[in-house]
Amino acid sequence: MHELPVTEKILDIVLKHARLNHVSEIRSITLHVGGLSDLEDEWIQHYFDYLSKDTQASGARLIIERLPIVMKCGLCDERFAIEKSEIGEARCAGCGKGDRLSIISGKEYYIKEMEAV
Amino acid sequence: MEKVRLIEVKENILSDNDAVAADLRRTLFASETYVINLMASPGAGKTSLLLQTLPRLSDLFSMGVVEADIDSAVDAEKIMKTGVKSVQLRTGGFCHLDASMVKKGLDAIGYEKFDIVFIENVGNLVCPAEFDTGAIADVMILSVPEGDDKPLKYPLMFSKCSVLIVNKTDMAVLSDFDIKKLEKRVRRLNPGIKIFPLSCRTGEGLGSWTGWLEGAVAEFRKGIST
Repeated sequence: MHELPVTEKILDIVLKHARLNHVSEIRSITLHVGGLSDLEDEWIQHYFDYLSKDTQASGARLIIERLPIVMKCGLCDERFAIEKSEIGEARCAGCGKGDRLSIISGKEYYIKEMEAV
Repeated sequence: MEKVRLIEVKENILSDNDAVAADLRRTLFASETYVINLMASPGAGKTSLLLQTLPRLSDLFSMGVVEADIDSAVDAEKIMKTGVKSVQLRTGGFCHLDASMVKKGLDAIGYEKFDIVFIENVGNLVCPAEFDTGAIADVMILSVPEGDDKPLKYPLMFSKCSVLIVNKTDMAVLSDFDIKKLEKRVRRLNPGIKIFPLSCRTGEGLGSWTGWLEGAVAEFRKGIST
């Protein structure tokens, strides 16, 4: 639901880099988004197509790479990746306990790179 | 034909918002205003919690409320009836508040005059979780009728809050809501979270929450003065 403001930001940032790099056309943009985010890929592209009309980013394809959710166990220090759907029932991949876990990554939100001419 | 170049961007999409939030938090430390970002689904009891909390703490603290709603002023009017100053932020279709919107609301209410300002975020467990508002504390409400499985569906929200209020405990007898199960699920995402089961309707459990808040504000001030 909050894809629109996020997409506006993406466009601002890539257009800034397009200016800095004297780019005439952006072909693709690669995003790194943590697995905990609820962004819908299809909607981001949809909003992006709309917002980027008449800019150097018009027609650019968004490539959204999901980064894994990683938890850490406070008892044995094990770090392990987990699916979002399993997170509320999580158990440590090392010691099997589930009461001292914390999320150490999965909330990322950044633009990695873009292809342009 | 021009060659396709790969340009490294490496920029955080939310960095503008994060910078505004960090700035705002600094000004709140300076004015010693404890700002609470209150989040929940529509109907979980955000306004009810405020209506119960404000009179219980009014002898101790000066308090204000910033209400956010997509397009109505119903909640702000309810708060105003209690005599507490409140302003309404219309988000104009936005499903969440970001730091610059919160800053606007805080400026409008004159936050520096208050010990505590409650921000009632838009009713939604998804979008508000993704944006740092610049508040000092993130507090969420889950109500019993919503079910004990919500941490499985909205892990980000449950992982970011320092307090979870479980409202409508008086309705637990009518449902198969299992508070132990909920607590276990929430603590897997957020081991340090404080959980306060209460009922805004009967008043049961409200003292633990307001007692915690009193302590949290004292800690906040102590942290500033040391």
